[in-house]
Amino acid sequence: MRIELDVNGEQLEADVWAGESLLYVLRERLGLPGSKNACEQGECGSCSVLLDGELVCACLVLAAQAEGHEVVTVEGLAGAEGLHPVQAAFARAGAVQCGFCTPGLVVTTAHLLERNPDPSEDEIREALSGNLCRCTGYAKIFDAVKLAAGT
Amino acid sequence: MSAPPARKLQLGRVGETVQRVDAIPKVTGEFAFSSDLFAAGMLWGHTVRSPHAHARIVSIDISQAVPMPGVQAVLTHEDVPGAKHYGLEFPDQPVLAIDRVRYFGEPVALVAAEHPEQARRAASRIAVEYEPLEPIVDAERALAQEELHPNRPTSGHGYREDPRPNVVRTMVVRHGDPDAEGDVSVSGVYELGIQDQAFLGPESGLAIPDGEGGIDIYVATQWLHVDRDQVAPCLDLEPERVRIHLAGVGGAFGGREDLSMQIHGAMLALRTNRPVKIVYNRQESFVGHIHRHPARIWAEHRADRDGKLKCVRMRILLDGGAYASSSTAVTSNAASFACGPYAVENALLESTCVYTNNPPCGAMRGFGAVQTCFAGEAQMDKLAAALGVDPVELRLRNALAPGDTLPTGQKLTGSLPVAEVIRRCAAIPVPEPDGLPRDAIRLPGGSGNVTRGEGVRRGVGFAVGFKNIGYSEGFDDYTAARVRLFTDRSGGLVAEVHCAAAEVGQGVSNVLVQVARTELDIVDDVLLAPHTTATVDSAGSASASRMTWMSSGAVRLACAAVREELDRRGGSLDPGEEIDIERIYRHPRTTPLDPETGQVTGERAHVAFACAAMRVVAEVDTELGLVRVAWIGTAQDVGKALNPQAVHGQIEGGTAQGVGLALMEEIQTEDGLITNASFTDYLIPTALDMPRVVAELVEDAEPDAPYGVKGVGEPPTVVSTAAVVAALRAATGRELARVPVRPEHLAGL
Amino acid sequence: MEVVSPRTLEEALRLRAAEPGLMPIEGGTDVMVDLNFDRRRPVGLLNLNEVPELRGWSRDDGLLRIGASLTYAQVRQRPLADTLPALAEAARTVGSPQIQNRGTLGGNLGTASPAGDSLPPLLIERADVELASVRGVRTLALERFLLGPKRNALAADELIAGIRVRPSGARQTFMKVGPRNAMVIAVVSLALAVDREREELRAAYGSAGPVPGLVTASTGERETFPELVAAAAEPIDDLRGTAAYRRHALRVLVGRALERCWA
Repeated sequence: MRIELDVNGEQLEADVWAGESLLYVLRERLGLPGSKNACEQGECGSCSVLLDGELVCACLVLAAQAEGHEVVTVEGLAGAEGLHPVQAAFARAGAVQCGFCTPGLVVTTAHLLERNPDPSEDEIREALSGNLCRCTGYAKIFDAVKLAAGT
Repeated sequence: MSAPPARKLQLGRVGETVQRVDAIPKVTGEFAFSSDLFAAGMLWGHTVRSPHAHARIVSIDISQAVPMPGVQAVLTHEDVPGAKHYGLEFPDQPVLAIDRVRYFGEPVALVAAEHPEQARRAASRIAVEYEPLEPIVDAERALAQEELHPNRPTSGHGYREDPRPNVVRTMVVRHGDPDAEGDVSVSGVYELGIQDQAFLGPESGLAIPDGEGGIDIYVATQWLHVDRDQVAPCLDLEPERVRIHLAGVGGAFGGREDLSMQIHGAMLALRTNRPVKIVYNRQESFVGHIHRHPARIWAEHRADRDGKLKCVRMRILLDGGAYASSSTAVTSNAASFACGPYAVENALLESTCVYTNNPPCGAMRGFGAVQTCFAGEAQMDKLAAALGVDPVELRLRNALAPGDTLPTGQKLTGSLPVAEVIRRCAAIPVPEPDGLPRDAIRLPGGSGNVTRGEGVRRGVGFAVGFKNIGYSEGFDDYTAARVRLFTDRSGGLVAEVHCAAAEVGQGVSNVLVQVARTELDIVDDVLLAPHTTATVDSAGSASASRMTWMSSGAVRLACAAVREELDRRGGSLDPGEEIDIERIYRHPRTTPLDPETGQVTGERAHVAFACAAMRVVAEVDTELGLVRVAWIGTAQDVGKALNPQAVHGQIEGGTAQGVGLALMEEIQTEDGLITNASFTDYLIPTALDMPRVVAELVEDAEPDAPYGVKGVGEPPTVVSTAAVVAALRAATGRELARVPVRPEHLAGL
Repeated sequence: MEVVSPRTLEEALRLRAAEPGLMPIEGGTDVMVDLNFDRRRPVGLLNLNEVPELRGWSRDDGLLRIGASLTYAQVRQRPLADTLPALAEAARTVGSPQIQNRGTLGGNLGTASPAGDSLPPLLIERADVELASVRGVRTLALERFLLGPKRNALAADELIAGIRVRPSGARQTFMKVGPRNAMVIAVVSLALAVDREREELRAAYGSAGPVPGLVTASTGERETFPELVAAAAEPIDDLRGTAAYRRHALRVLVGRALERCWA
């Protein structure tokens, strides 16, 4: 079936098998592999995207459900003037190791700071509790969130 | 006297915190991980796996699958072009099962189709008739059951002869008088479950036929050249016709030492003459790589009245699962580090690994030392309690020091600042407990909202651990690096570094660049070439905390040679002129351990060592058995921190994996079948489970290493499980002899 | 497989009646897992995201009507959170923020897992489930809707339209035990209310029987209530925990919840 999606402000079309997730369509049909596939069951946050401004796991959204709604992925965060402040902060704070969780965490952090520009450590932890990272032990990710909040 | 050449590169040298070379593409989403690859005309591969832990294959019928929509190839063991078996060290594992499956999830057949759903549908039409056999699932009983590998693949390699069935390796270390008595003796039996690496990027890769019978494989791996050397014989190709290129690696931790989709993808690609991508899903990933060995450990520690260790006796039984992988080296490591970083005059250490039908086990961060550290440190705490001595003081009294002899007879000639890491860690101030009331997420049970402080007790634990840096026991180890010096269009002098060192997230790319910037500070820029087998010799494995040491040694050698050549040519290059030099670096040689006594046969069996001490504060809901790790302080022996921010990152991440093993991580099995192959039921720590880690870097230069560096990835993982459980014992007063500790055990049920 | 996205409840019910093989999908947090892992291949999917009648909540003379599409994140927002505080506490424990933003109460009812986090808080408020079909609308007490592990009383042509509940105003709380401090399936969970007005204690457990179960007693039975709840549960041993632990934990939780809600 053919679906139309609004991704990062662009109208895109794709022919999909009906059971495909938004994540699969972004990655394999639309050439946007920034959202990562690590668990396919909403237990890791690596595929976090914004759907009408809400943070969701793209693996749990049926692609066809996203029709008529706005999708923003990690690829859509950086502006014309360069990196999103959250991206710059993750790079600087050492919050990136293997980087597989990074796009999801960057999207989650951008979403958090949009709503709460100066989160406490507890608020950061709870907001990020759906994004698993296996490399960093999270400390430098918290640093990055605070760094981004301050910029 | 001529003036020294002007240093052009002012920043980004060894010892400085330098932003990762791949940081920007990783934060923007542009970085290509192995699962992100795409090629025109690409097919999707799918692996059919055994639903049994042990069965005879009666027949495989692919006839229903072949005509399914979109299907381009269906392959079985009959289609393996060359050698039917492979293995990291011993070729005991079939590329595709032939007449028997030995573990749950063992690959049996392959499908390539236009769409992954078509591949799945076709795979479900492959009819494999199995005759289930009784699975061997208990490591102790395996020693008396039918041989899973009657040809004994690991026998005849210089290991101790152990005639018992299913032994992968037995290692016995006899040191001094193993019957020496002490004034006090403590003993215990300890157990560790199967831990998974749980890297976030599942196994994946893309195999592209070159049109001339050869193949290019883009894959996430830890050692490109050893992959090539396993893949080529199975494809019946010369090694040069198999080129392995590193694709973005989503974490490794030992789990990518063994092959996953490499041969399978190549077989499908060569058969269809089209690119083939294989991506495991999470469930498949749990059977797609080896795990940390589960262990049972019987320990007895004897000491004199002053707390000096007189004798350590330990028997370690490791379950290696169905195939050998790196089990023989893990077995030896478990024995080598069984006594911990303590001076012990007498010891009897027996370590045995067996084949079973449980999930195959091999390398994972800490590599045998995690298991014995958990047991040994529990023993040290028992000893401290029996003697009425402070646990930190007891450890200081026994701390190994340079010049001491290890139980293997190896004399400590290099750096191992055990007492210093203990003192530095113990000196980090432990914070006061947080007051009440506080939000549920800062209490045991977290967002579950189970307590407002009821039943919560605080405990403080301390542990020390150590392990080897680099490959051991005479392994012929080296790392190659190649540096190409040329002038760019603007006339600038550029160095391009080639090294096949696998960047798995640990930051070795920065090491390569920072070393080149340090050694070739006359250049204008340093570039990093892709990691591949195509342009440079082997770098060895991103394993055993060896890669920083080895690759910095190799790059430094190549840079020195390039600089010398540049000087010979007068200090500059003409446009179009280049210098291209490859150099091989080797660490001090090691020799095997004597198979009868476990004693060194030369100067050293291990290259070098690194240690760490850790203190953990945990809050335990003693009625529900739930935990909040409130604080962690650690001091780690790092030799020299080449990139301090990255070193801290390794310590924090390595600690988290040990916290996971202590509290929640275990692959559960029932008759060899994995029952929790998902992130719903295999739990790893979240942002609410890890405290900040206060880490002190102890820089005590390793004399044999470039810049005095040591690997830093493993010591925090070795020590943190032991330290966390020590804190839980302090909070509950319970023995807690098994990890992961379950709530019912903490609650005393 | 096909996907149909009705724009009204009426259209949704017609589609449902015409093809009972269509699997309803709301937030997708359960359904998509089955699709992603090839565990289910329904003839098609009935996307309920675009049905306005399923959204939001309203209050009419003390009766609360909650649309099936209400997400956990919406449940956590005031003033609803003040009206159904245990449900709001439960919503905070569901999966992750991402799941809370997408998962719905209707979906939790549809899945009917013994571990469904919203079910115990709804049970202690004696909620009814609103079931709609082309034949009309019926309501069923939640207790009667839940039939067994992942089994409910939904007829083949029905959709879960919403929840009807008269908030008791009783002090209440929700607790969930898991071996990790976030993102866990309940090993055991408990919702408890101390209803002074009716002089009633109501507790509902999750993950301690084939369905979440409601246990009631008079406020005079406070001392024995922990034991009563633990005895009423029918826990089993599974990979997430033992029956003995679950019963023990329930006893502890009930004691603590009573303490919390007594004042």
